[in-house]
Amino acid sequence: MISLEGVMVRYGRRTVVEAFSAQVGAGEWLGLIGPNGAGKSSLLKAAVGVVPFAGGIAVDGAPLAELPTRRRAQLVAYVPQEPLLPPDMTGFEYVLLGRAPYVSYFGTESPDDQAIARAALERLDLAGFAERRLGELSGGERQRLVIARALATEAPVLVLDEPTSALDIGHQQQALDLVAGLREERGITVISAMHDLTLAGMYADRLVLLHEGRTVAAGRAADVLTEPNLTAYYAVRATVRTEPDGTVVVTPRR
Amino acid sequence: MRGRPWLIGGVVAAVVALVLGVLSGPAGPPWWRIPLALLDHLPLISIDSGVSETQWAIVWKIRMPRVVLGGLVGAMLSVGGASYQGVFRNPLVDPYQLGAAAGAGLGATLMLATFRGAGGDWPVDPVPAVAFTFALGAVALTYVVGAAFGGLRSTATLVLAGVAMVSLLTAVQTYLLQRNSEVVREVYTWILGRLTNATWADVRMVAPYVGVSCLVLWLHRRHLDALRVGDDEATALGVPVARVRLVVVTAATLGTAAVVSVSGLIGFVGIVVPHIVRLLAGSSYRRVLPLSVLFGAAFLVACDILGRLAISPSELPIGVVTAFIGAPFFIVLLRARSVRG
Repeated sequence: MISLEGVMVRYGRRTVVEAFSAQVGAGEWLGLIGPNGAGKSSLLKAAVGVVPFAGGIAVDGAPLAELPTRRRAQLVAYVPQEPLLPPDMTGFEYVLLGRAPYVSYFGTESPDDQAIARAALERLDLAGFAERRLGELSGGERQRLVIARALATEAPVLVLDEPTSALDIGHQQQALDLVAGLREERGITVISAMHDLTLAGMYADRLVLLHEGRTVAAGRAADVLTEPNLTAYYAVRATVRTEPDGTVVVTPRR
Repeated sequence: MRGRPWLIGGVVAAVVALVLGVLSGPAGPPWWRIPLALLDHLPLISIDSGVSETQWAIVWKIRMPRVVLGGLVGAMLSVGGASYQGVFRNPLVDPYQLGAAAGAGLGATLMLATFRGAGGDWPVDPVPAVAFTFALGAVALTYVVGAAFGGLRSTATLVLAGVAMVSLLTAVQTYLLQRNSEVVREVYTWILGRLTNATWADVRMVAPYVGVSCLVLWLHRRHLDALRVGDDEATALGVPVARVRLVVVTAATLGTAAVVSVSGLIGFVGIVVPHIVRLLAGSSYRRVLPLSVLFGAAFLVACDILGRLAISPSELPIGVVTAFIGAPFFIVLLRARSVRG
């Protein structure tokens, strides 16, 4: 579905992502983990066209760097780490922005676009928020709205940067359940950066551990979330335990 | 949804202001005779309006162009301000932010100081032409400097480049004034803005710029809304951010440069009117842009009427009136909103 081949991101002379390669199949969920500054966000920004990169990123064989910007935006939707929500924009206006990739330069959104935006609001139980201003919403509601905007783009690939970092534990679960549900329902391919290692292992099919821009471990949660890896790359004292159902639980130690 | 009543309100405000502007003034016929005279001047209609040729000349050649020019200037400064605020995602910038006003001011000062008395028999008045050229040049220079330091990726860099450019141009202008103190009064009259000597020729010169500028900005209303979520997210949504910014700034600057070159540096309109519109009708640019045109025209014409009447038969400079009326009005509106919210 989406393939990344030797992707490299540089800011000036500093290389923040080095030769990252991964193949993510249709409907698969790839989790990126790694300490702060490992290059997770930069890699995701490259995939959505926000930062320039070397190497190749292709969706269904179509190289993103060569696609027109609108076409690229139709293929990859983005939920940023700290989305900018204009306080006086309404929920509907915000979700309708998700249709921007389909509107020609001087065009306006068609009735179809509006219907798709309304459907996205309804799918995330946000129909009542269509006319509400974003400044009035809670953290959990905002996060759902950002996901609704991504859903409105109808992109086959969804890129999430720390989608739960601003949420409490209940809303974290709710947001991730939502993404998991959408993935099952529509076969969306998901790439997400996550800080909570236990949650990352629980929701993603595969994990890639990044450290200083390099891939240092990749595979199933049980293979990546090991005590030696966590000590070496996070410098953390933690216990890793595997539950009977296979869930890998990472618990920090004092 | 909540835009429609305000659109009607804006049309009414603009029409009322324009009509009042035509009807009021120290010399000229009694106000109630003017509609009759207007009808009389339509083809196929002949009414005895009781308005003499001289009185009609006051209405047609002095008041009307002044009111129409005021409307164009107010509309342009407001829609230009709204657009600048949109592309820079900064509520405090006005259409002068990148140096349009400072450039025009320097150009006018240069002309008034160096070619004083000359130009009287020139085919076109050189002062507006040079002011216009300097305004465009200043903004272009700001853009190039800002772009050289990454200003196209971060709006703050471009705004800061504008601040530097304005300081530089103002310093040069101050130096010129200090060396030519005999033109201080003339230059200040120009800077404070005036519609007093407006002619139909001024209207004809400015109208195409204002028209094209407003049209281009209107065509970018959806992009301006998309930019509200930031450059990164807009890019991820497929919006060509750098191009949109360049086109919007170019269009807003062309119109602004054209109006300041004939009307002088009328301040405050470009900030206060878009904000009033946002407070009334919400901040989607689909409403902000057309309403800024209508309320901007109404606001400037109304201020001009007040400036004419306040210390009649003398006149207050329009730039003084806009700030004098606009600032307290704006504060009251902000307070009303904070009480309501």
